[in-house]
Amino acid sequence: GGMAAALLPLPLLLLLAAGPGPGRADAGQERRDALREELTPLPTGDVAATFQFRTRWDADLQRGAVSHYRLFPKALGRLVAALGVRELHLALTQGFWRTRYWGQPPLQAPAGAELWVWFQPTVTDVDKAWKELSNILSGIFCASLNFIDLTNTVIPTASFKPLGLANGTDHHLLRYAVLPREVVCTENLTPWKKLLPCGSKAGLAVLLKAERLFHSSYHSQAVHIRPICRDASCLAMSWELRQTLTVVFDFFSSGQGKKDWSLFKMFSRTLTDTCPLASQSKVYVDISPKNKEKELLEVSPAPTSVYEAVVQGDKKTYAVYDLLNPSLFNTSRSLNVQLKWKRPQDSSEMPIPTLHAQRYVGGYGLQTGEICTLIYNTHPYRAFPVILLETVPWYLRLYVHTLTIITKGKENKPSYIHYQPAQDRRRPHLLEMLIQLPANSVTKITIQFERALLKWTEYPPDPNHGFYVGSSVLSALVPSVTAMKDMDVEQSPLFTSLFPSSDGSSYFVRLYTEPLLVNLPTPDFSMPYNVICLTCTVVAVCYGSFYNLLTRTFHVEEPSRGGLAKRLANVIRKFRGVPPL
Amino acid sequence: QVQLVVPMVVVFSPGSVPGDLPRPLPFRDVQEMEISVNLRTSVTSHYEMRYRSTTGQEEAALAAATAREADAALHPLQDTTMGSLTIYVVPETSSLLPQGITVYVGKHRSALVRAVGSLAALQARLREVTQVMSFTASSIVAALSDRVPNGELSPDARRNLKSSLGYEITFSLLNPDPKSHTVDWDIEGAVNRYVKPVLDKLSLVANFSVDSQILYYAVLGVTPRYDKESSSFLLSAHSLPHVINPVEARLGSSAASLYPVLNFLLYVPERSHSPLYIQDKDGAPVSTNAFHSPRWGGIMVYNVEVPASPQASLPLHVDVDMARVMEVFLAQLRLLFGLSREEVPPEFLLESPGNEGLADWELDHLLWAHTVENIATVSTTLTSLAQLLDKIGNIVIKDDVASEVYRAVASVQSAVTKLSLGHLHAAFQASKEAVTSSEKAFFDPSLLHLLYFPDDQKFAIYIPLFLPMAVPILLSLAKIVRETRLHKKEPTKMD
Repeated sequence: GGMAAALLPLPLLLLLAAGPGPGRADAGQERRDALREELTPLPTGDVAATFQFRTRWDADLQRGAVSHYRLFPKALGRLVAALGVRELHLALTQGFWRTRYWGQPPLQAPAGAELWVWFQPTVTDVDKAWKELSNILSGIFCASLNFIDLTNTVIPTASFKPLGLANGTDHHLLRYAVLPREVVCTENLTPWKKLLPCGSKAGLAVLLKAERLFHSSYHSQAVHIRPICRDASCLAMSWELRQTLTVVFDFFSSGQGKKDWSLFKMFSRTLTDTCPLASQSKVYVDISPKNKEKELLEVSPAPTSVYEAVVQGDKKTYAVYDLLNPSLFNTSRSLNVQLKWKRPQDSSEMPIPTLHAQRYVGGYGLQTGEICTLIYNTHPYRAFPVILLETVPWYLRLYVHTLTIITKGKENKPSYIHYQPAQDRRRPHLLEMLIQLPANSVTKITIQFERALLKWTEYPPDPNHGFYVGSSVLSALVPSVTAMKDMDVEQSPLFTSLFPSSDGSSYFVRLYTEPLLVNLPTPDFSMPYNVICLTCTVVAVCYGSFYNLLTRTFHVEEPSRGGLAKRLANVIRKFRGVPPL
Repeated sequence: QVQLVVPMVVVFSPGSVPGDLPRPLPFRDVQEMEISVNLRTSVTSHYEMRYRSTTGQEEAALAAATAREADAALHPLQDTTMGSLTIYVVPETSSLLPQGITVYVGKHRSALVRAVGSLAALQARLREVTQVMSFTASSIVAALSDRVPNGELSPDARRNLKSSLGYEITFSLLNPDPKSHTVDWDIEGAVNRYVKPVLDKLSLVANFSVDSQILYYAVLGVTPRYDKESSSFLLSAHSLPHVINPVEARLGSSAASLYPVLNFLLYVPERSHSPLYIQDKDGAPVSTNAFHSPRWGGIMVYNVEVPASPQASLPLHVDVDMARVMEVFLAQLRLLFGLSREEVPPEFLLESPGNEGLADWELDHLLWAHTVENIATVSTTLTSLAQLLDKIGNIVIKDDVASEVYRAVASVQSAVTKLSLGHLHAAFQASKEAVTSSEKAFFDPSLLHLLYFPDDQKFAIYIPLFLPMAVPILLSLAKIVRETRLHKKEPTKMD
């Protein structure tokens, strides 16, 4: 494995990576695995760290009755082979990546659980395989993926293309679902760590300590499985498993206003050794100079090398720590990468990303409402198209005729629209649009909806919390300000190689907007019981008095010994020695 | 009532016919055996024996030099239906059988038996042979172990795997110390060479799938004890139960199928804990350095030879000797399927099954036990289903569930009939179908009893009605009681 680190002037980025190294020949199969981690400190004082672990398996999973696993986890391998999976992408996320303030994410995921899968053309019943797959994954990752059913599954036509090798892109083999309500915690992290060949016992994964990772502003863990070319000639296929984990720590508030950080401060661990199975293991720290003020930052210990690349349109410099380089552990037994600011930094702003978006619910009352999406293109002179995917649950009834797209005060006609209306209790709304974003513009997309009434058994627990509407997805090829060089995918760090870049002038970005929380008219669920109690009490009281009336026997009362006054008088008379009345 | 019928042919070669035959050859005879499982359940077995003398071809075959050659030559002349047995009685002085051996069991469904003087003695010997080759009382009881009262079951009976439609076999190589050892094993070749022939033979019984994995940093749950004398580490027998749990968490569940998993683990101990030996209850080292866990699988410890030069660079490359490992794992596999060859009387000689790994009669042995077990499982499943229906009166039985139940009952009946006709294979197939149908019916999601509103909760909802209504009734009852008492005391007060 290898590891590299880079620092930006304000945003610092630390990447730990194990990239592919020389493979070991083993029974005619060459297997390699790679790990990478990335840390980005953000201007607000946040530090983002991204781990990427890649396991490459030079074998055809789909063929052969007997399967023998070495580094690739058996549980996932069996799944891919048994259900005819071509590509699998699962992300479990807690929190929301604030693109506007944190910049373009290396790998964003929507809040909650996201699963999208391409199946092999040989799969006859895709829906059945999809159901089975989500059930099994929910068992493997201890997540409620078993709640994925027809009512939250869509078949996008344009937004999700295969990321690996693919012969055709017949979108009927694709399924996409998001569960925005899913809460991610330790029980999801443990099975994820167990898929790593070295577990959390050695290598970069020792830093993955649940109590630190979940004490953060954003946590996202993902699994990507896809077929890739074995070598440059692409005559044979390999399977790639990429496990990524992104976490954002808030250091400004917890570190007395200082933006310095170290591995130990973040993870309360340091790196002591490498995973002996890794062919590359590197830490990258983002040390890109901003405003030519390189001297502002200081990383220690000295990096083994420096790597420069254009990542998502920005020129970046990374300090690289190669954990497989024995000299790294010569001086001290453990590696604790530290970053210090030479003088206190005032609020220098992070550059606003070229593409970012916002979404919210408008309207008032419990009958109708409006979903508004704002998409920003901050590029000074280039326009570019973006694909917007909206999935809205059936209980929000969209009125498509109210769809308006307004850019700079004028109506913007999308060049492609795919709309699939919902069916009650059967499938959600799917709206996909290709929208041209003019340079330096804000595009506002609004659509009105009506809230449906649910049956009383269809409300989830705590219905007054509201109903989630999953994030909408923006996919775009964003024109780059700086020209990019073509890189050999196998040699470049992992964080640059998941999404293919078409050419040097633009880069692929996928963004997710905020999930929405919508209130539906909610009945008072205790009402039936209250009604029963009240009516029963009334009936019982009526019954009681009626019963009393019928069963009571009346006697003629003999005159008693007299009232209280008379008895009192008698007592007094007794004291006085006078005969009573 | 289940009746197991074993069709048998007893062939007398010239000079081996006992003197006290009741009738001249050929004739038929039936022997019975009663196997009682518990107070209410018992299984009867019938051995339908047909006695005859050899044909010319058989005589020629029996003239072979060794028992193995005779067995091979006799095979084409036999009835090869599953469950049937052919036993050749050879003269007492025959040189076919080695000295001191009275019974030779071949690779297929036949045995050679040395003649004894009287028919009664011969029949006693034949009974032993049939029990080895088809089923014993204990193997049937083990198959019905669910119905045996707890204390009465021998530990061996609990070892056998439950009958299932399929099994998953997983070979795992545990390397807790990848820094010091790079372990390579040619599992693919070993599976093809050693395991596949056995599983091909067993494919009649169930579906098998085989896979393997390598797990790193997987450690046993017990720290071994260091023994100064032998300068080695020891795992004592009583600590073995604690070994498996932490490893099992790493093995990964078989998420993609519902079949039971058989785990075979090869453990290469860490450098700081090697060599590692397993001790038996008496403290002696176990020769195979392996142990098995009932209904779960087996673990073998594979010690890495310490290199001669201590400066040898780490990691050490280790190539696993798969023949040695697979020998142990296959023996454990046989043990888990109840095919152990250890309980055979000493005067028996069993032909080694050779490449196939399993003799035909051993397969029959498995089929007998599994058929009986399947029938018992189906009857248990259907009984529980019936109990559930009795408990919840308003449960809805859908048509497809009903048809599965009918199918299960029909299949299990046909299995029982076929057993009593001696058609083992057909009976086994029918019992498998019965299991499938009954499980499908029992696990139908519509039969979840939580779907039905329990009566006590209905009552709880109406408590606000019942309670206030009960108050005046109870009060007036109390009043009546009080008045009657008063009435008795002072009868004179009434007019």
